[in-house]
Amino acid sequence: METLTADDIEALCLGATLLGTGGGGDPYIAKLVAHQALETYGPVQVVDAADLPPDALVLTTAVIGAPTVILEKIPAGTEYVAGVRALASYLGKEPAAIMPIEVGGCNTLLPIATAAEMGLPIVNADSMRRAFPQIEMTVFTLAGLPAGPLSVADEKGNQAVFETTTNHVAETLARTAVIQLGLANSISCYPLTAAQVAQHAIQGSLTYCTEVGRLLQAVKDGDEGAWERFVSESGSKKFFTGKVMDLDRRTTDGFARSTVILEDLDGHDATMRIEVQNENLIAFVDGEPAITTPNLICLLDCETFEPITTEALAYGNRVIVIGMPCAPEWHQDGMLDLVGPRAFGYDIDFVELPA
Amino acid sequence: MSTGDEFRIGIDVGGTNTDAVVIDSAGNVVRAVKVATTPEPIEGIRTSLDELLSDVDKSLVAKAMLGTTHPTNAIIQRQGLDTVGVLRLAAPSSLGVRPGAAWPADIREIVIGASAIIEGGNEYTGAEIAPLDTDAVRRFAAEATAAGCAAIAVSAAFSPATGDHELRVGDILGAELGSAFPVSLSHQVGSLGLLERENATILNAALLSVASSVVDGFGDALAAHDLAVDAYLTQNDGTLLTAAEAGRFPVLTLGSGPTNSMRGACALAGVNDAVVIDVGGTSADAGILVDGFPRESTAAIEVGGVRTNFRMPDLISIGLGGGTIVRDERAGNGSGLVIGPDSVGYAVATEALCVGGSTLTLSDVSLASGRLDGFGSPELVSHIDAGLVRDSLAWVDDQVSIMSDRMKSSRDEITLLAVGGGAHLIAERVPGTSQVLRPQHYSVANAYGAGIAEASGTVDRVYSYDRTSREECLDDAKELAANAAVRSGAHPDRIRITAITEVPMTYVPGGGCRVLVKAVGPLA
Repeated sequence: METLTADDIEALCLGATLLGTGGGGDPYIAKLVAHQALETYGPVQVVDAADLPPDALVLTTAVIGAPTVILEKIPAGTEYVAGVRALASYLGKEPAAIMPIEVGGCNTLLPIATAAEMGLPIVNADSMRRAFPQIEMTVFTLAGLPAGPLSVADEKGNQAVFETTTNHVAETLARTAVIQLGLANSISCYPLTAAQVAQHAIQGSLTYCTEVGRLLQAVKDGDEGAWERFVSESGSKKFFTGKVMDLDRRTTDGFARSTVILEDLDGHDATMRIEVQNENLIAFVDGEPAITTPNLICLLDCETFEPITTEALAYGNRVIVIGMPCAPEWHQDGMLDLVGPRAFGYDIDFVELPA
Repeated sequence: MSTGDEFRIGIDVGGTNTDAVVIDSAGNVVRAVKVATTPEPIEGIRTSLDELLSDVDKSLVAKAMLGTTHPTNAIIQRQGLDTVGVLRLAAPSSLGVRPGAAWPADIREIVIGASAIIEGGNEYTGAEIAPLDTDAVRRFAAEATAAGCAAIAVSAAFSPATGDHELRVGDILGAELGSAFPVSLSHQVGSLGLLERENATILNAALLSVASSVVDGFGDALAAHDLAVDAYLTQNDGTLLTAAEAGRFPVLTLGSGPTNSMRGACALAGVNDAVVIDVGGTSADAGILVDGFPRESTAAIEVGGVRTNFRMPDLISIGLGGGTIVRDERAGNGSGLVIGPDSVGYAVATEALCVGGSTLTLSDVSLASGRLDGFGSPELVSHIDAGLVRDSLAWVDDQVSIMSDRMKSSRDEITLLAVGGGAHLIAERVPGTSQVLRPQHYSVANAYGAGIAEASGTVDRVYSYDRTSREECLDDAKELAANAAVRSGAHPDRIRITAITEVPMTYVPGGGCRVLVKAVGPLA
């Protein structure tokens, strides 16, 4: 992938929905925004960080707010450009490229629109390669890279830049600001040099996302052997086929927490329980942890193989549950403290996906 | 027939047949007819009424309900649609996605004559995104009429919670273009989700001419029989719109057919919870009724390629019907029996072996096995190999069992209702079901479903559980929904709440929660 055009968007969007692992915001609106930007401003160059000058500035952009609000307050596009410009202006340096922070959910596609509008290339890398609910949950935090200084912006011209002492404070300050800014805003954080991105980011994320999207599309199209190719090339494993028997939704501390109970449809007397905090975090089979964060738990519709988000999930849905391995870059010191089961309040150990 | 008895007429215009029934106060079918749907569907409605009322005391008829595929067909065939001006009140937000962005090009070119995104709309807090740009509204009125638009669709950010800007735009457009100029406001059409609601509002505005021809045609057909009755159309959730409302909100009638069929089948069988399998000539549709209403699908619904946020019945369809073609390829290295998915469709009445045709269909198999009777000649199928009959029916039984199991919400056994012209294919016993019922008059279940439909009201808004307690918020939503149901004609003392859905809003402070409530009641 060297240039990204409007034609590449569908596969990327399907991959992004899968890597959203039940959350991450529905990429549908982001897809439309990216499509319009690519049509208006032309294709975007995709580059590897190693191909940029080592001291070149790479800036990220993402949506921050509430998924339900974004359904009504559709992005203007300008707020993302404004957030990047505000941070560049504070740093006194022009960005050489845009990078997604979260390849998973809607934040996969919005940076593409920003890159198109700014006429900048997009870096084929990110810091999660799945969706997570907080901005400190990145491999950059593991590498000791600061999220600040960071900017938030709205579509009206309001902008704020924060210097922050820890990546957790960055999360708190940004959330507090966007409550006042309408809960459908842009954030630009983790300003890094190309050399830092090359050393610490998850490389090839956009290619990976497009590839799993294409593999899943072949499954949806009913192509011969497509499921086997999808499973083997994405390294994922089917854990369960079941029907949603119970769905308990509640909100605590601003997170949409749910517990999903699935009853087996494959003829075994088994039950799967999935614990959700925006994203699917832990899947238990008959009480035993089977898939745990940061590995991905993805629900696919039994008939269409469409990935299902937690918000769209309903009683009686028939789903296939797969576990997908997280990016290998996650496996380093500090991973479990930052994004393991206990980081989300579950007193269980991380479980490796079976080979 | 007791004195004070009151009749209702239910009519359903489907793709193949137009069905009509007369129902008495006790819910009994007084008379039922089935006629062919005509290219101009109003003709079929007239013919069905002529046949239906030939032997019925018309003075007892008090209400008439119509479920029709007219608007759906207009969208799918891109015929008879009006050109619409699309005005969105949300700038500076939302400029990243133009109106109609995801529409198929052919319908976008026909329908969207002009569009603009102007300053206005609201935040989740109710504050204005920007003050409404009233000058821009006037400019757009001139631009849209110059572009030949016959109607204008207006959608504002967060209008289901705060409809004020849309109402003001409606007033301005009325002053500029005359109060008769059709304007559709999104908060009266759809729920949260700006792009999908805008799409639904555009479709609504595009359907206004089709709607008035349906409503006028229905009224004329009733008047031709001297019936001065209340006329209604059914909407996609199985409840009613008055004919006048349907003329203004035709998009709400899309997809009422399957709902009417399932509700009619359940009412005819006297059950409230059941899996319903409707076997036609080409396909079998399975759905499930919970408390008398179809379980709704959570998937985004596309109509003619346009994404909307209507709630439609959760249905699964497979290629299994009376006309499904059976091919015997067992000889040599053949692949065995190949059943469907293609079908001779409505031509089963002439093409099937059992009526002297030349195609082996599932109806022939059914007749040879004894499941079907009263159609075709058994001697014309007596030569069919017994193994083929057994294997074909085993496949059918498997498919039926899988469909009913997929629809069920629990492992508990539940009633299965078999309806439709191909219902004979369904066995007397289906694993996982407690019983298989074939209600009387099931072939006109959709018209019966229209005839028994009730009035409803819905509310979809965002509450703050921190500011007011959850109980008070829910009570408020229930009261608003009940009031809306009464405005739609429901009897105030007989309203019941049929659905409460709470969706907590991630990251929104103050315990923000989206609440959807539906209230339903019989007509007053």
